[in-house]
Amino acid sequence: MASPFQNRPRPTRRASRLLNIGVPYLWLGLFLLLPVAIVLQISLAEPTAAQPPYAALWQWVEEGVLQIRLDFQSYRLLWSDSLYLASFLNSLQVALVCTLLCLLLGYPMAYAIATAPERWRLPLLMLIVLPFWTSFLIRVYAWIGILKTNGFLNNFLLWLGVIDEPLAILYTQTAVYIGIVYSYLPFMILPLYANLTRLDPTLLEAAADLGCRPLRAFLRVTLPLSRAGIVAGSMLVFIPAVGEFVIPDLLGGPQTLMVGRMLWTEFFSNMDWPLAAALALVLLGLLVVPFVLMQRWQQGALEDRP
Amino acid sequence: MRRQRWSLYTVLAFGYAFLYLPVLLLIVYSFNESRLVTVWSGFSLKWYGELLHNRQLLDAAWLSIRIAATNATFAVVLGTLAANALVRHGRFRGRTGFELLLTAPLVMPDVIIGLSLLLLFVALQQSVGWPGGRGFTTITVAHITFSLAYVAVVVRARLAQIDRSLEEAAMDLGAHPLTVYLRITLPLIAPALLSGWLLAFTLSLDDLVIASFVSGPGATTLPMVVYSSVRMGVSPQINALATIIVVFVAVAVAIAALTTRGLGSTRTGRRPTRD
Repeated sequence: MASPFQNRPRPTRRASRLLNIGVPYLWLGLFLLLPVAIVLQISLAEPTAAQPPYAALWQWVEEGVLQIRLDFQSYRLLWSDSLYLASFLNSLQVALVCTLLCLLLGYPMAYAIATAPERWRLPLLMLIVLPFWTSFLIRVYAWIGILKTNGFLNNFLLWLGVIDEPLAILYTQTAVYIGIVYSYLPFMILPLYANLTRLDPTLLEAAADLGCRPLRAFLRVTLPLSRAGIVAGSMLVFIPAVGEFVIPDLLGGPQTLMVGRMLWTEFFSNMDWPLAAALALVLLGLLVVPFVLMQRWQQGALEDRP
Repeated sequence: MRRQRWSLYTVLAFGYAFLYLPVLLLIVYSFNESRLVTVWSGFSLKWYGELLHNRQLLDAAWLSIRIAATNATFAVVLGTLAANALVRHGRFRGRTGFELLLTAPLVMPDVIIGLSLLLLFVALQQSVGWPGGRGFTTITVAHITFSLAYVAVVVRARLAQIDRSLEEAAMDLGAHPLTVYLRITLPLIAPALLSGWLLAFTLSLDDLVIASFVSGPGATTLPMVVYSSVRMGVSPQINALATIIVVFVAVAVAIAALTTRGLGSTRTGRRPTRD
């Protein structure tokens, strides 16, 4: 990139580099990268009843002799106790289902906004973003009142006569699906919208001129061209959903096993920090691939900007 | 064609209803007299009265606001520096790692950020004696770490849009690069700084998970209080609190939209179209 700043006096440019690159790098290195290294270290420590509740990984036994004790017990436990494996699988399943539901609802919404008359687009988009500014915790809490046995939804359905007795939705996995789709829908719509508005409308006109029906044109032209947006939106929903804690904890039942909740319990209730650290690392490992996918898209999206 | 548009708009309307109905119901029931949140028994402001006398909740709210404001200020400075680096410094060495570190907080599950930062603070305490107890400082540092990534996204987009010829002109006239940045660039990206600040403020005010990990005894934030009362089920006081937050946010967003529009129309620095 040719920058007019290249002709700055040299010392100024160096100072600017040091400040702009160095300071954020240092901060993120210290508070984002280093902590992950420490998680790895603690996950290999032995849990104890001390404060903090793990044994030191290394110690000087005598002058010049360093003793290092690595304890793989936490990882063994993760593998051998089926509860942990089940919670990982269930988290992935919940995240996958929610991503698909968000896509099913979010795509037509993004498409409708992107093809709406121009002066309507910005207000419509604002309405998508607005709930994001109010408290996430309170918005999830709102669903308790709606989904509970004598809640709004059941009363409404009873009044309509669709059901004869209240449905048990709250404290089930269905409630977790609803909560996650509700909370993450805007993250699906925004990248899809950004992608769909950049689409060249003359392509669809060309398809129509050549006798292609609207549905077919959509499937053969619009959908393939919006693949980047679909991937980005899906990752923005999928990645945080896998590790979600608040939603399964407030809306899910005791049988809703999810990693985020498991980690919380191990840490706060069982005080097993090494096990919680091992859970965090395995979860992080699972998310690396989707993360790289998303990162690629982001770079592509920023580079093809005029 | 027309029928397809209608079905699209139907889905859109359903989507908006899905997004807004829960919050609207909360607001309506915050004025309900009955403790049973789903049974309407008459208009009352008594839950607002109780809320104003809930000492624990008010203290927590004040702590959260202080953390959020400190966090937002630091996050805007660091996030803007990071955006400068990405937009103005081209392909510097370590850029890929830099971008990776800036994207990670946007998607990394809160439980991982919270746990890893707590373990860092414990380790730092043992080795260098800082931060000396957990609370305001540790929560603020944790919040800055993820907020700065959001600020960087907002500022980066704006920085990439502004017209460089204004800066070049100032430079040609002999202004020092720092002067150019402070007098030309910063005013041009001011709307992004404002929305970045507000975003960082709300993100901090909203965080339960990370704060729960890195907080210590005696430092209870607003989401922590809300969470512990909500876990017991529905609480009319929380409905009242939700209404206050929604009104506050609506006013703030309206102000932000108006100022941004005002700034945007007069100072985008876009070349005037010649026709």
